[in-house]
Amino acid sequence: MSKRKVKDVHRPIGECITQVQQILRERFCHQQLPDRPEGLEAQYKHLLELLRRSAIQGESNSVLIVGPRGAGKTMLLQCVLRDLLQEKEAQKNLLQVHLNGLLQTDDRIALKEITRQLNLENVVGDKVFGSFAENLAFLLEALKKGDRSSSRPVLFVLDEFDLFAHHKNQTLLYNLFDVSQSAQTPVAVVGVTCRLDVLELLEKRVKSRFSHRQIHLLSSFGFSEYLQTVRTQLSLPDDFTDRGFAQDWNSSIQTLCEDKSVEEALQRHFNSSKDFRSLHMLLMLCLSRVSVSKPSIKPADLLDASRLCLCDAKANMLHGLSILELCLIIAMKHLNDVYEGEPFNLQMVHNEFKKFLQRKSNSMYNFEQPVVMKAFEHLQQLELIRPVDGSSAKTQREFQLMRLMLDHSQIMEALQKYPQCPTDVKQWAMSAFG
Amino acid sequence: MKYFTRPRVKREYRWRGKPLSFNRKLKTYDYGSLVISVEGLPRPTIIIPEQHILIEGDDEDNPYVAKVIRLFGDESGEQMKAVVQWFVRVSEVPLSKLKLLGREPHPQEIFHYQGRICDDEVNVESILRPVQVKHLDSATPFPNSDDKDTMYVKLSWDSKAFRVVDSALVESACEPASPSSQLPHAVSGVETESLHSATKLSASKCLSTKRRNLATRTPGVCKKLELHTPEKKSIIGEDVVSQLLDKELDSKVMLAHRLSSSPPQPHPVTHRLTPINKAHRSPVTQGTIRLKPSTIALNRLPPSKMNRPLLSARENSTRATNPSQRKEPQTIKDEDPALDVIAEEDSKSSPVLLVAATLRSSQRKSALLVSSRIRKQLNLLDNQQDLNSDGEDEDEFVPSQKELNGCSEEDEDDGEEEAGLDSEEEILVKKGRGTTAVFRTPRSKQKTHSLTRTPRKNPNKKQIMPGTPRTPHQATPSIPCRSLPTRQPANILEEARARLHVSSVPESLPCREQEFQDIYSFVESKIIDGTGGCMYISGVPGTGKTATVHEVMRCLQHAADVDEIPTFHFIEINGMKMTDPHQAYVQILQNLTGQKATPDHAAALLDKRFNNPAPRKQTTVLLVDELDLLWTRKQNVMYNLFDWPTQRHARLVVLTIANTMDLPERIMINRVASRLGLTRMSFQPYSFKQLQQIIMSRLNKVKAFEEDALQLVSRKVAALSGDARRCLDICRRATEICEHSTTNPSATGLVGMSHVMEALNEMFSSAYITAIKCASMQEQLFLRAVIAEFRRLGLEEATFQQVFVQHQALCRLEGLQPISVSEGLAVCQRLGACRLLLLEPSRLGVLQRVRLNVSQDDVLYALKAD
Repeated sequence: MSKRKVKDVHRPIGECITQVQQILRERFCHQQLPDRPEGLEAQYKHLLELLRRSAIQGESNSVLIVGPRGAGKTMLLQCVLRDLLQEKEAQKNLLQVHLNGLLQTDDRIALKEITRQLNLENVVGDKVFGSFAENLAFLLEALKKGDRSSSRPVLFVLDEFDLFAHHKNQTLLYNLFDVSQSAQTPVAVVGVTCRLDVLELLEKRVKSRFSHRQIHLLSSFGFSEYLQTVRTQLSLPDDFTDRGFAQDWNSSIQTLCEDKSVEEALQRHFNSSKDFRSLHMLLMLCLSRVSVSKPSIKPADLLDASRLCLCDAKANMLHGLSILELCLIIAMKHLNDVYEGEPFNLQMVHNEFKKFLQRKSNSMYNFEQPVVMKAFEHLQQLELIRPVDGSSAKTQREFQLMRLMLDHSQIMEALQKYPQCPTDVKQWAMSAFG
Repeated sequence: MKYFTRPRVKREYRWRGKPLSFNRKLKTYDYGSLVISVEGLPRPTIIIPEQHILIEGDDEDNPYVAKVIRLFGDESGEQMKAVVQWFVRVSEVPLSKLKLLGREPHPQEIFHYQGRICDDEVNVESILRPVQVKHLDSATPFPNSDDKDTMYVKLSWDSKAFRVVDSALVESACEPASPSSQLPHAVSGVETESLHSATKLSASKCLSTKRRNLATRTPGVCKKLELHTPEKKSIIGEDVVSQLLDKELDSKVMLAHRLSSSPPQPHPVTHRLTPINKAHRSPVTQGTIRLKPSTIALNRLPPSKMNRPLLSARENSTRATNPSQRKEPQTIKDEDPALDVIAEEDSKSSPVLLVAATLRSSQRKSALLVSSRIRKQLNLLDNQQDLNSDGEDEDEFVPSQKELNGCSEEDEDDGEEEAGLDSEEEILVKKGRGTTAVFRTPRSKQKTHSLTRTPRKNPNKKQIMPGTPRTPHQATPSIPCRSLPTRQPANILEEARARLHVSSVPESLPCREQEFQDIYSFVESKIIDGTGGCMYISGVPGTGKTATVHEVMRCLQHAADVDEIPTFHFIEINGMKMTDPHQAYVQILQNLTGQKATPDHAAALLDKRFNNPAPRKQTTVLLVDELDLLWTRKQNVMYNLFDWPTQRHARLVVLTIANTMDLPERIMINRVASRLGLTRMSFQPYSFKQLQQIIMSRLNKVKAFEEDALQLVSRKVAALSGDARRCLDICRRATEICEHSTTNPSATGLVGMSHVMEALNEMFSSAYITAIKCASMQEQLFLRAVIAEFRRLGLEEATFQQVFVQHQALCRLEGLQPISVSEGLAVCQRLGACRLLLLEPSRLGVLQRVRLNVSQDDVLYALKAD
């Protein structure tokens, strides 16, 4: 009875749209975990088994999860942990310590954080007592006291593992791995990193203590899987309140994915990167265009979003420059052509610009030196040009050597799109010689 | 941590009287007594045989304890010697052996030493002063005293085991002449304590009915004591008499403290007190200087003397106060042993509780400190005394209150101006004036004033009582225990995996027999000779250096246990496990003595310990792992570590471990390398046969591997590194793979070649090629562009701008839409993050330089395979 009732529920369109937004945003922005990690079954099983043995049998282990950014390393680990903690035996035993190489930038901070997360006895409230040396001794003593059968296993998750390898003497890693290789408190050390050469970073003693287990996450899927992922990511789940709306939405997504232009845009993205984060960004842009008046994603939305994602940032910045600044950029481009990328200074650029003015015999762009200087400084602030390393405050500003941070293609593209660009400036830019 | 410095006192030693006898063979004269006169003190100390003395040792706060057997000097009179029987302090017993005791040692406890190692002849110059040593039956609890000068002997220690000791061995035959007892310890700031202890006897005799008026003062006083004697440890249990004595003594002392600290009523009081004392105590204290009567003298009085008056006084008081206080009179017994029990309990708990009660309101730091100490005490009490019946519990307070009353009342008797203090107003007045008054809380006042109240029961109080935050000092490092037990290995593969884990300690270390033998004989000879030495052990990681040394130590320890070699102390430090090379001192000191100190201080203490001759010292074996990390610019840590063993008295054996064979030559300056010496040992990487043997011995007949598979693993690892850890890890991984390859039901169920191959591939193959294969189209194109640009330039480096031009061209060639610069940079960054490319910082934008982190051939191979 109630089921049919649910089926028949017909919500106002606004409510449905809100729900759609909510569900999909959670997927794209909150990194909601999928039910099962797609395409990573083997790695999933390996890691789950490993951590389960640590949790249940008290076996010490160490493992590295390696893969490019956005390949799903953290997602995999989180999935494994989620599933592991559903087992009562593991849930009751496992202690977790999560560290991030970007937050715990040295061993002192990392040790305090470990002590805090383990809630050892030298922690009062949120404060950890004792000096660095005392903390280390205390933690090691604590870990040493435990043994395989009686103490709770500790899971150390080291995000951005490679950064820990840059700590002084790699003390933390040595000690963690040493504990994992000796009959002390069972620990499982899971490092997450995107560097393929991470083992070369480890000092030989640390390396010897690491078990050399690596789980590689390399996104080896093809375009059809990618397309499938897009479809599932955009589709609504079956338990959506308004069945009718969900069906409409899903079929519209189906047609969207079959659209030729959409497929092309997605292919371009796929060619560029297999990263799921960038895909989420693209889909997020599409999703934000969905409204009550337009309750589905149209191919045009996706194309627009794709254009937004792929456009060139520096070229866009050029659109906002004044004519004088643009002229200076063009003068720099010519200088680069002539001197083959050698650095230049303001005086050279100004000369080049003056040459152009003389040829035109047009006083329209006749600016004073201070004005030109100001424009030049503005360009430096925008980081379109940057001073050559080493030549700093000593030299006068007019003679400070600079390099252009733009590619020629970017300049030409910007000129094409520049609103009401004077024709002579355009011609000057395109001419082979200044 | 606190460090006390004892001012150096100049002592003069001479014989008293004529020599008793002359030993013709040895040409020595025996003397009857020794006189020690200390500068600044009028009365000399006299030491006679059979007396207990303190002897200067490494640790100034804990000098050695011994009993004089004989005093003798040589003909010339230059050499003054004493033959002694040693006693061992708790701190001198190795921590590992302390477990044998089976209980918490008492801080004042000492053990009759029966070992053979120590020389029992000392120079008399090392004698500090006499000390009181009491023998207790092993069953009797320790007296609750904070008298630091009384030691208690229950057991003997022969460096192997504790035994019950006969009292005849311990108790000194004669009560030493009292002047001797007052001497140097007065210097160390305990004088006020001793000052009033003398009054105790008179106090106990003068108990009178007036006493309850002044009861209020005692809690604060108690507290005061706690504050003033931070070294005081909890003391539990003792025989009644001495306990009562101590009890009163305590409060007396506290009073004294307070008195002396508050200007209006200082010494005159004591003046008046002492005469009475003397009267009671007869000639014993006769020679005492007024300010320095010592508690020792008092304690030393034969129990029988003290017993009577005290007990009777107490009974008196019990009767006097009882009707108003309690409803159950059945606990009062006349001169009944049971009374003693009660009294004992009383005195144990009551001051503590009173103090505890006052504590709640006081937030001062010192108070917190005290409270933590009290809490410790209480916990101990909890453990030791099973609080019996309720009735008894309730009684607990009563007599003690009286006692407290009694004590404080004496002040009155003695004509103290505080005598009139029986009203609260006066207490308040005092509060404003005295420092101790701060601790006095309404609660305690109330309690003592309304005597009809039955005291509160303590057990639950103990738990709630001090709401102080935990101080890290008390923190015990530990990981919580697991709630569910570990699962045992279920099948043969799991069993094998557990055995193959590096952490599982093997019964023996195969393939390192020679090294084992060398290290063993080296250390053993040093221990037996009582000399010191250094050894340097090198070898690549995973060749069993540390494991072998540990094995040696286990064996030596065993040998020491069965009395084949003298006992020794094993300490281990690891350069990687400390934050700074100088922490080495701290860790060594802490392992040796349990002291905590700053690196500088620790270095000084260690230096003193190893450089100075001490009469009794066992060999210390120090293992320094990861030696190279102890390197400092001046190399003073290494210098000290290697210099100490060369000292004559150090008895230190240093074993150092590092990875490189030529470390001494490479990083050590000459004087350090020279001290390290030439005793070197190098652990060669394991050969494949050895690795195979190691695995076999670990598996220990658990049949989980095929023969060939094992051989493959060991050959492979031997060829690569010879690291046993690697070998074991691969085997473990192979068992996992075998377990999960259910699709291929191998007939044997054993780990076969294929599984091992897979594990080897997983661990040793580099992921670069797969990573390139899995990269996106643009990333692959970019790599190709990089190679193309390198070829064009003839260099192994190019800027992004240059590569990007190539990339655009390649895109057109491949029929792909050219990408923008931003996109190209993103592609480049992604490759850089995986370290397929090496990049300059990304803020350089298009100008950043690009290099390949993989060989060009690998890239081309990976891309061609598509």
